[in-house]
Amino acid sequence: MLKIENLHVRIAGKEILKGLNLTVKPGEVHAIMGPNGAGKSTLGNVLAGREGYEITAGTVDFGDKDLLQLEPEERAAEGLFLAFQYPVEIPGVNNTYFLKAALNAQRKYRGESELDSMQFLKLVREKLRVLHISDELLHRAVNAGFSGGEKKRNEIFQMALLEPRLAILDETDSGLDIDALKMVAEGVNHMRSADRAFIVITHYQRLLDYIVPDQVHVLAEGRIVESGDKNLAHKLEEHGYAWIEQRRTPERTSV
Amino acid sequence: MSAPLLQELERGFDALPASRRDAAGLAAARRAQLAAALSDGLPGARAERWRHTSLRALERRAFSPLPAAAEVDPSVLAAIPAPRIVFVNGVFSPPLSQLDGLPDGVSLLPLSQALQQSDAREVEFLARRFEAADETFARLNAAFALEGLLLRVAAGVHCAKPVALVMLGAAAGGDHAVHLRHCIELGDGAQLTFCEYQLAASPQAHLLNSFAHLHLRRGARLDHVRVQGEDAGATVLTRSDAVLGSEADYRRTDLEFGAALSRHELNVALLGQHARVTAGGVLLADGRRHLDTRLNVDHVARDTACELTWRGLGAERGRVVFHGGIHIRAGADGTAAQLSNKNLLLSANAEIDTQPVLEIHADEVQAAHGATVGQLDETALFYLRSRGLPESVARTLLTLAFCRVVLDGIHDAGVRERADALLDARLPQVAA
Repeated sequence: MLKIENLHVRIAGKEILKGLNLTVKPGEVHAIMGPNGAGKSTLGNVLAGREGYEITAGTVDFGDKDLLQLEPEERAAEGLFLAFQYPVEIPGVNNTYFLKAALNAQRKYRGESELDSMQFLKLVREKLRVLHISDELLHRAVNAGFSGGEKKRNEIFQMALLEPRLAILDETDSGLDIDALKMVAEGVNHMRSADRAFIVITHYQRLLDYIVPDQVHVLAEGRIVESGDKNLAHKLEEHGYAWIEQRRTPERTSV
Repeated sequence: MSAPLLQELERGFDALPASRRDAAGLAAARRAQLAAALSDGLPGARAERWRHTSLRALERRAFSPLPAAAEVDPSVLAAIPAPRIVFVNGVFSPPLSQLDGLPDGVSLLPLSQALQQSDAREVEFLARRFEAADETFARLNAAFALEGLLLRVAAGVHCAKPVALVMLGAAAGGDHAVHLRHCIELGDGAQLTFCEYQLAASPQAHLLNSFAHLHLRRGARLDHVRVQGEDAGATVLTRSDAVLGSEADYRRTDLEFGAALSRHELNVALLGQHARVTAGGVLLADGRRHLDTRLNVDHVARDTACELTWRGLGAERGRVVFHGGIHIRAGADGTAAQLSNKNLLLSANAEIDTQPVLEIHADEVQAAHGATVGQLDETALFYLRSRGLPESVARTLLTLAFCRVVLDGIHDAGVRERADALLDARLPQVAA
């Protein structure tokens, strides 16, 4: 589904990703962990198509498409979703109006019929029920005045509504209390299916107690330096990221 | 040697219908104001209050001050419900107007009717003299205006239906100068929603000089919406002078997206304690449009308040000029003044000049002002696109949101929806 090969990315002349490789298959949940400044958020932003990143080498295939050639809205319509670490407040744009416009723009791109207001509302109610979210946030402007938890809930709600093939969660757990964390995890677990994949970017292992990953990768200094199963996350929690550094040093000298 | 614009008006003055021009004992006052306008001329580049708005191109043009009848397709008024009073090129149109259905205590009539009765007291606002050398258009209005609206709401009367004033410009085989003078008075505790439209019925390049006096007595409340959607060839000069008594509550919203050149002077005098003005506007300058809004809020009495929120958009070769003047006089303690002017520059060839000016002579005041000129937030743009919205749609949505904050202040739901619809219809053209 997603194949990243030798990805090099610079921001303002500084190299952040230095040859990243990652393959994600349908149905899988990959966790990407790593210390601050390792390039975790850069990866999410580059995949979603944010401007300001210079891709100096590498390829990203998404299904049969060259992802890096697509505009952000085309990537979304192809089924890629990024849950933002810092969801943007947009006063004056109604949440429901925005989501209906977004969903219909995606459907139009894919050659599907657009939903009318009744069909859209039916879909919204269904998703809200599953996620245990009150419909109050629908009537407000996008994220405007939302608490940190509400913003993350809104991201998960958008994900549920847009039904992406690949969802990237960029530190969705940061700043959440345990109830909000569980809600986010429930939303993801509910959506897990054989044809949908997730990349869960996180600094802490805590979220992975609730979203059990198939693979865990450690991103450090712009590369994936270690991969393993869910137990790798526990080891990291126990030993800290310095442990990775210590493990890497002898390998380097032995090469 | 005065400018062609003034010469042509001077020639026309003697041809005005004398029965109305000289009614109510105003003959001498009108001639005096014309003479003052001619002698001082149009404000030039050195006139501080006109620094960013040049009249050089305008003064070379000639406009006839005589009435210009024109046929109008009534469908342009379809979205404006009764009661309404309609002027076409400054001429009162009985068939397009609908003046009935007003509650007791609300009187609405054309100025010409009061002039015919030559009732000096009824039209005493017409005798006001304008002393400043740069008040040329007010002077011309004082000299030429024979028509306008007289709207009075008696003390304690709440008028549930919005009253509309419609000034239509229509092609009339030449360029005309239209002078209209309005007076809106609310008695103690009276309430009214008033909508003012400056619209085009057909393409033309007239000059509209519209001047409104607004008087809110103790505890009166006026919700005032003005929409300036004139033809792209038209010139619009608007002046609104409001006087607020104690506890009066004046709320107004100005939406401007038309004309080649539009200048609006909004003067609000807060004369009574606890008087309050909440005003906002949206200025959409695309094409080669020049929009100039000049606020002058005068806090005279103590414990008065103003909240001013303007949004400007400069696209293509458009130009937005905003001056937010707040004057807090000695003794006006307890005053709260707030001014926000945010602008979006959507093109490298557009220009925006904004100038907030606070002058404070009292000690105990709360005053805040902010003025910004920027571009759309790239992060917000990316957020919307990452959900699937095409870039052009995302830009329009953000631009609309930027302006909508102002329209949210309109109290009457029907009026707000109409203003929203006008903005929705215009913005994709501006933002794209």
